[in-house]
Amino acid sequence: MTVNHSLSDGLVRIELHGELGHHEAITAMQRINEIIEVHLPRRVQLDLAGLSFMDSSGIAVVMRTLRGCCDIGAALSLQGTPQQARRVLSAAGVDKVVDIK
Amino acid sequence: MKNIINEFTVRFPSRSANESFARSAAAAFVAQLDPTVEELYDIKTAVSEAVTNCIVHGYRDTLGSISMTVRLYEDGTAEIIVRDRGCGIADVKLAREPMFTTGGADRSGMGFTIMESFMDKLSVRSVAGWGTTVKMSKRLTRREAK
Repeated sequence: MTVNHSLSDGLVRIELHGELGHHEAITAMQRINEIIEVHLPRRVQLDLAGLSFMDSSGIAVVMRTLRGCCDIGAALSLQGTPQQARRVLSAAGVDKVVDIK
Repeated sequence: MKNIINEFTVRFPSRSANESFARSAAAAFVAQLDPTVEELYDIKTAVSEAVTNCIVHGYRDTLGSISMTVRLYEDGTAEIIVRDRGCGIADVKLAREPMFTTGGADRSGMGFTIMESFMDKLSVRSVAGWGTTVKMSKRLTRREAK
């Protein structure tokens, strides 16, 4: 699992690559929180296009990212969500609280 | 489900690094039934949840052994049994409720919900202090038995 980010006019784009299961989730959460806390963006785009697999650990990552965004008044959206990850997120109802594309 | 046409059992330590191995091994074996890509992902996801439960809950703060059996049936059904000898679940009905978790902030409490959603059948047998066995199955839309 790798986490990359880029900045542009108040937007932080965070790209996740690889598999996102329990083994990778804590590292991903910590890295995402660091990025948000350092840059204090107005908008956060979590780009999941590079994920080859995600289980319910990814739900916790998304929800914790949402909480971090809410704490600083930033908006969160998901981009490039693969079908498998989308099904996991939808099964948990995450699509009702986060914009998933 | 008729006759078993193939099966394997693997045993591995409850290290989180083995989650990826377990889901990949199960999917590779089930691929013999020629399922769709989506069905293979369903199997991988369900196995990942079951094995993670063993590691996070069954053997919390300890290292134990997890066994996984995958059986393929004549009618195209894949059956997966994941077993630990960890602390067990005191209240299985409560544990299967969405959002329930005894894990940390990295857990969503959606593991059993995902397993139920992605597989056709799921049963959980557990005795506190003796461990937990999760059995799940899915009928695959295979094109032809090998």
